[in-house]
Amino acid sequence: MLNIDSIENGIVIDHITAGRGMRVYDLLELQALDTCVAIIKNARSEKYGKKDIIKIEGVTDIDLDVLGFIDDHATVCIIRDGKLAEKKRPHLPKKLVNIVKCKNPRCITSVENVDQVFYLCDEKAHRYRCRYCEQEYKK
Amino acid sequence: MRHLIDPLDFTRQETDRLLGLGEKILESPQKYAHRCDGKILGTLFFEPSTRTRLSFESAMLRLGGQVLGFSDAGSSSATKGESVADTIRMVSGYADIAAMRHFKEGAPFVASQYSRIPVINAGDGGHQHPTQTLTDLFTIRRRRGKVDGVTIGLCGDLKFGRTVHSLIKSLVRYENVRFYFISPEELRVPSYILKEVVMPSGHQWEEVRAMEDVMPELDILYMTRVQRERFFNEEDYVRLKDSYILTKDKLRAAKKDLSILHPLPRVNEIAPEVDGDPRAVYFEQARGGVFVRMALILTLLGLEKGILSGEGA
Repeated sequence: MLNIDSIENGIVIDHITAGRGMRVYDLLELQALDTCVAIIKNARSEKYGKKDIIKIEGVTDIDLDVLGFIDDHATVCIIRDGKLAEKKRPHLPKKLVNIVKCKNPRCITSVENVDQVFYLCDEKAHRYRCRYCEQEYKK
Repeated sequence: MRHLIDPLDFTRQETDRLLGLGEKILESPQKYAHRCDGKILGTLFFEPSTRTRLSFESAMLRLGGQVLGFSDAGSSSATKGESVADTIRMVSGYADIAAMRHFKEGAPFVASQYSRIPVINAGDGGHQHPTQTLTDLFTIRRRRGKVDGVTIGLCGDLKFGRTVHSLIKSLVRYENVRFYFISPEELRVPSYILKEVVMPSGHQWEEVRAMEDVMPELDILYMTRVQRERFFNEEDYVRLKDSYILTKDKLRAAKKDLSILHPLPRVNEIAPEVDGDPRAVYFEQARGGVFVRMALILTLLGLEKGILSGEGA
């Protein structure tokens, strides 16, 4: 069993669907932090068999919309003074702003400097559509 | 301030009132000949278009207003790299209302976000073409007296055809509409239109490969052009362009009161021999587009009250 030190103040993003940890890391732009960040891939999970976990030292606020978009199964544990202070579940956001880019070459966003906006068009299937050209976002 | 970017920007009631105004204008155009005196329409056509641009210009001129603009991106400052946002900010100072056609999907929406004047989407790439939709609904209404209960066959390029997508979205708001989607396999209606628009509406629909199979049932046959500019390669275009050609012979099985619509321009999907048939209404449809656009300009300029919700009659 791999051991990662517990954190005093920070965030633990738990129950990330196995394999999505790096995507969460990228879209939350965790590479920009200069605090300690640990990614644990394929950790044992009673509920799902396998899961990814991310521990972030010194940060207590993250963009839950981004997390909800990538993985709304994940849980966010806020740690203060070494104790669990708060637990949050991200929700599938109704709207995404500047999180992902439209891939349609005919979309105005391919040439115009505007916010990249997507809206949720199918909650069950987690499908999003570009606000400008209505093309569906494909991961 | 209201814009028309998507055909659904107007509620069904607003759309019906607007079409009613179009009919009034058609019946007595002289009454409206000076309603736009002193007003200017900016026609911002980043992509060439004959019919849509001329019909907008005709509409404004028939209302007594004036027109300025450009008819392709080459003669606009877009070639210098000007953004859509900056273009509309500039035009907002020159005109009272703008009609924009753009090859990029969503460009008129961007314009509406930065504009100080009403923006009309005059076609954005393969996306939406709301004034064509209004024209189509206007024609259906004039031919049948109402849109409810129509059985419509949409034929040809149902994949890239923006007029088709816009029309479907609007038609599902009416009662008892039956759709026949007539297209080759490669040009079928996109699944998202079926899943998100047609299926939730509860209207009857069917996809068929040959127009002859459903011809006797149709009240409206909406023909479309297989557009060269929507294909990424020439081979696919050449293979599919003649797939669905309407001839006199195919019309033998059709109802006497069928109406054949086409957003135009036509290439060869309707044989010229059909033009003389009283059921061929595509040129009448194009003419109707002027009255619809007159009604739209008056409405968005606030010169005709009681069309948009929240305005007094």
